[in-house]
Amino acid sequence: MKPLAPLTITGGRLVLPTGAPMAGAIRVVEDRIVAIGTVSPEPGDRVIDAAGQLVAPGLVDLGVFAIDKPAFHFGGITRAALMPDQSPPLDRPSSVRYAAQSGKPDLWVHPLAAATRGLDGHDLAEVALMRSAGARAIATGRRWIADSGTMLRLLRYAAMLNLPVVTHAEDAGITGSAVATAGEMATRLGLPSAPAEAEALAVARDIALAEMAGARLHIRQVTTGAALDLIRAAKKRGVAVTAGVTPAHFMLSDTALADFRTFCRFSPPLRCEDDRRAVIRAIADGTIDVIASGHDPRGPEDKRLPFADAEPGMAGAETLLPLTLTLVRDGAIDLADAFRLIAGTPAALLGVDAGRLAVGMEADIAILDPERPWIVRSDKMAAQAGNTPFDRHGVQGRVSQLFKGGMPVG
Amino acid sequence: MTTPPPPANDPAVHDAAASGADPSRYPTGAQAFPHRSLLGIAGLETHEILFLLDEAEQWLALNRQPMKRADRLNGLTIINAFFENSTRTLLSFEIAGKRLGADVVNMAVGQSSVKKGETLIDTAMTLNAMRADAIVIRHASSGAVRLIADKVDCPVLNAGDGQHEHPTQALLDALTIRHAFGFKPAQPFTGLAVTICGDILHSRVARSNMLSLTALGARVTVCAPPALMPEGVEAMRVQATHDFDAALEGADVVMMLRLQNERMSGQFIPSPREYRHLYGLTPERLALAKPEAFIMHPGPMNRGIEIDSTIADMPGRSLITRQVEMGVAARMACLEVLTRRARRVPGWEAKA
Repeated sequence: MKPLAPLTITGGRLVLPTGAPMAGAIRVVEDRIVAIGTVSPEPGDRVIDAAGQLVAPGLVDLGVFAIDKPAFHFGGITRAALMPDQSPPLDRPSSVRYAAQSGKPDLWVHPLAAATRGLDGHDLAEVALMRSAGARAIATGRRWIADSGTMLRLLRYAAMLNLPVVTHAEDAGITGSAVATAGEMATRLGLPSAPAEAEALAVARDIALAEMAGARLHIRQVTTGAALDLIRAAKKRGVAVTAGVTPAHFMLSDTALADFRTFCRFSPPLRCEDDRRAVIRAIADGTIDVIASGHDPRGPEDKRLPFADAEPGMAGAETLLPLTLTLVRDGAIDLADAFRLIAGTPAALLGVDAGRLAVGMEADIAILDPERPWIVRSDKMAAQAGNTPFDRHGVQGRVSQLFKGGMPVG
Repeated sequence: MTTPPPPANDPAVHDAAASGADPSRYPTGAQAFPHRSLLGIAGLETHEILFLLDEAEQWLALNRQPMKRADRLNGLTIINAFFENSTRTLLSFEIAGKRLGADVVNMAVGQSSVKKGETLIDTAMTLNAMRADAIVIRHASSGAVRLIADKVDCPVLNAGDGQHEHPTQALLDALTIRHAFGFKPAQPFTGLAVTICGDILHSRVARSNMLSLTALGARVTVCAPPALMPEGVEAMRVQATHDFDAALEGADVVMMLRLQNERMSGQFIPSPREYRHLYGLTPERLALAKPEAFIMHPGPMNRGIEIDSTIADMPGRSLITRQVEMGVAARMACLEVLTRRARRVPGWEAKA
């Protein structure tokens, strides 16, 4: 492929790792950022005028269940960490290698290696071989590992390999086959439910084990105040634990389950309103480090079912940016925080040179209008399926141009 | 089991026997019951519950005649689609439809024989294409009946969906209570103390009854061991307790539920014997309730576990067979009211 001419984006407001957006330009040679700030295009450069829009890092989506390029590109996502819950699971080097190549050149997929063979929770998978094949982290998948001994061995091994372990925090003994959080809503609807404390129990155990093992632990979704308190305290002690969440858990509470809306069936399930607010507080105070889409497009065969029989998950890639920006508009966080949550920290966890605008970083760049209004339409989404609980919601913030490694996307 | 005593001293029957609900008490025409389907007690106004109960009176009277046949639903097709095993409810709906003159077809498919997935919707579409005039559905998953109701053109009656609702059971229970206490049509149950004891967590009967009885003004206490008590149940305006003796004190009605072992995964109680020790309705326990308290059970009973045989069969006190009788009348009322629009009954033609 013929290398493209250098790229200079002018007239934008740059979203830098800290501080308010700064007027300036950015210059890219080949796939890297070479200059930021008061930069003028040089002769022969491709020049893009951002016309006052934000120039921000491309989003790094930590924990998606499908490679869905149109949806990712619509949402400004240039890198996605793929959960091992594929068919077959990402539990061997060959499947990891294949997945790592599957999005290139305009989307980089970072496979998460299955912690156990077949994600069965018992036998450790060949994670070192998978690391060499391109895995950037280990994940337990949609489920937690119930056996504490297995989990401890996994964390020790991961610590040696310097790979973070991405976990799902629900004590399966308590959750069983529950599909909702115990409380008034589940009781009224007669849905199998489990107490929200199942999350705090799992988080407490995994923090204790990670601390013993000296491993880096990333809990992909933390959705309850009690579990967030545990993480806050662990961070204070210096434990290498990070926490993530998806927009559903800061936008919605379990009252959204009324009428058995299967598009609101998630794992972990929606929580009560107090927990929703606790999630927002935790995002604001830095206890939550990552917001991810959890992108999981599901067609009618998985969702047009009785609630308890439906599959969990939402098609979230397109709404990750605008829903995160609601936190900015509400004053919970600033723009720099927002992009740290959806780009900078996930990139750092994966150990990739991306996720922030800085010299030497990969030129994954989104030009976006944070105020531009649009309406989410379940039937017109770019994603493989339109399973969003935000159908017909008005949102603000949309990417107008996206670059992956300096190359225009789409 | 004893047969129900003759209804000679039953004042409510005489009041409303001739023509169903008194039109002067209710909104006119379809406004009296402006719902296309009956998916649950939730969403019904108190006067709508009373309307259905009053409508049931005429069918109760009819069912006590030797000639038990009305022709209101002549030519209509009713499909009973039961995705979960049932004997009594299916039979009750079948008799209800037939006594109204409808052609009743039963589709009894065990959950095992119908694959999940789109099949449920596909089955609904198939039934719809056969131009049923009403579909009665029982399904093992909460919310399944609503899902089907959204996909078909005719009224849908919920005959029990998972752990969610069983509205006709609540209606027949309310009708039974009305007659046991001699309440008049349109009369609420203000102040009546009803205790529901058993597997509240897994019981759609409990949910529908909590909604209906509290709407009608009764004071409801639910009683179960912790593992079988749903969280946040107090939000449904009931008292919750684990202490059966306390729950029985001063009760006018004691409604017993069976353990729904088929919905339990894992051990919820140590043993049936131990369950009876704490929650079985024995003569000694019953003495804690009001002296004339009535006993109810939606069936099927596990005699010797949640209820002793002497109590289940106690003449004058046990309403268990009466409940079965009321069930047919209540279901006839629901079928007749919900098909009024299709039958172009004056005042009911408009889109509800």
